[in-house]
Amino acid sequence: MPTLREVKKRIKTVESTKRITKAMEMVAAAKLRRAQQRVEQARPYSEKLDLMLSHLATASSDEITHPYFEEREVKKKTLIVITSDRGLCGSYNANVLRLANNWLKENAAYDIDIITVGKKCHDYFKRRSWKITANFQDWGGVIDYDKAKEIVSLASDRFLSGDTDEIALIYTQFISTVKYKLQTKRYLPIARPEVDEEAGFNMDYIFEPDPESIYDAILPNYATSKMIMALAEAIASEHGSRMMAMGNATTNAEEMVDTLTLDYNKARQAQITKELLEVVSGAEALNA
Amino acid sequence: MFRLSIVTPEQVFFEEDIQSLVVPGTEGYLGVLSNHAPLISALKPGRVEIRDVEEKVHFLSVTNGFIEVSKNVATILCEAAEFATEIDIERAEKAKALAEGNIKKVLDGSLEFDLDAEKAALERAKNRIRIAKEKH
Repeated sequence: MPTLREVKKRIKTVESTKRITKAMEMVAAAKLRRAQQRVEQARPYSEKLDLMLSHLATASSDEITHPYFEEREVKKKTLIVITSDRGLCGSYNANVLRLANNWLKENAAYDIDIITVGKKCHDYFKRRSWKITANFQDWGGVIDYDKAKEIVSLASDRFLSGDTDEIALIYTQFISTVKYKLQTKRYLPIARPEVDEEAGFNMDYIFEPDPESIYDAILPNYATSKMIMALAEAIASEHGSRMMAMGNATTNAEEMVDTLTLDYNKARQAQITKELLEVVSGAEALNA
Repeated sequence: MFRLSIVTPEQVFFEEDIQSLVVPGTEGYLGVLSNHAPLISALKPGRVEIRDVEEKVHFLSVTNGFIEVSKNVATILCEAAEFATEIDIERAEKAKALAEGNIKKVLDGSLEFDLDAEKAALERAKNRIRIAKEKH
């Protein structure tokens, strides 16, 4: 049985931990709200761009050839992985890294290099001595558009110059505060937009100046928009995961304080009983 | 009357029924009225003119983007959009000065920057200043 003082000390420690996890939970909740808003505000642009591309493909009917669509024989692959900079967000990073590892195993036949986004995956792949082409970290839990554009221009430069034949992207899609979905997507080359077979679709489009120039302008934009979406979703998932993890930690700490308080009371009672016994037996000894 | 939505990566900026629209296409300004033929065009930084259902005219500045018109719905996708009345001239002047400075530095070799990106930034800033200063 631990002594009274020891139990009291433990209660204090657990309570101060609880205060920290509670504060972290609240911070994460506030950041999540903002991140979620970002995702929702960025979605319409991305959806409209998809739609426009599909209309463009439908209406300009001829076979499109554009560097961004070029499917080469794949020898070299690049993987972009998005994780967080900081830990204490439950299994968020572990899940992403597990998926990335599976991908690396499946693609072991290719010459692979990695672009890491977030400190956690950079550290992870560096320890395992993978070839890291570039690392983007210190996001501070928000989207930095300039940094996002840097990733896009690095990725597209590598693809267009033939340094790599295919680029995959692994990130976490944000569905709701408690639900995330791991995603593996081919980032480049861009999949040819599907022809929109919607009935009554008017194919008689006017193009200004011509479809090729519009592709030239729209495809880099499309790549940027996809990357920004992925980053926004990943950041929202990170805050959501952290909020959940810290919420659980707070509940656990509460339970622990309860058990410890029970132990403390038991120990206190045992001590009183012991003292009473001593007094009573002392008195009896005197009376005898 | 037709529906216009202006969407930027940050938000849905504008979504209303309007009477007519003039946008800065890469080949020159384009006018759009209701029942316009389907159209897809690239846009350059410039002024968008909207006439709303009450015949009031609004001006906006937009950056590079695209417009699609189809089935009486016009969609403008652009990097950024701003109502002329809401443009912060001071900020635009600062952006202009910064871009000009950077271009000078890139040209004399004391700074390594993307010249095209700086030129585009200068163009955007000039566009915003011009639109904000025009009388409406």
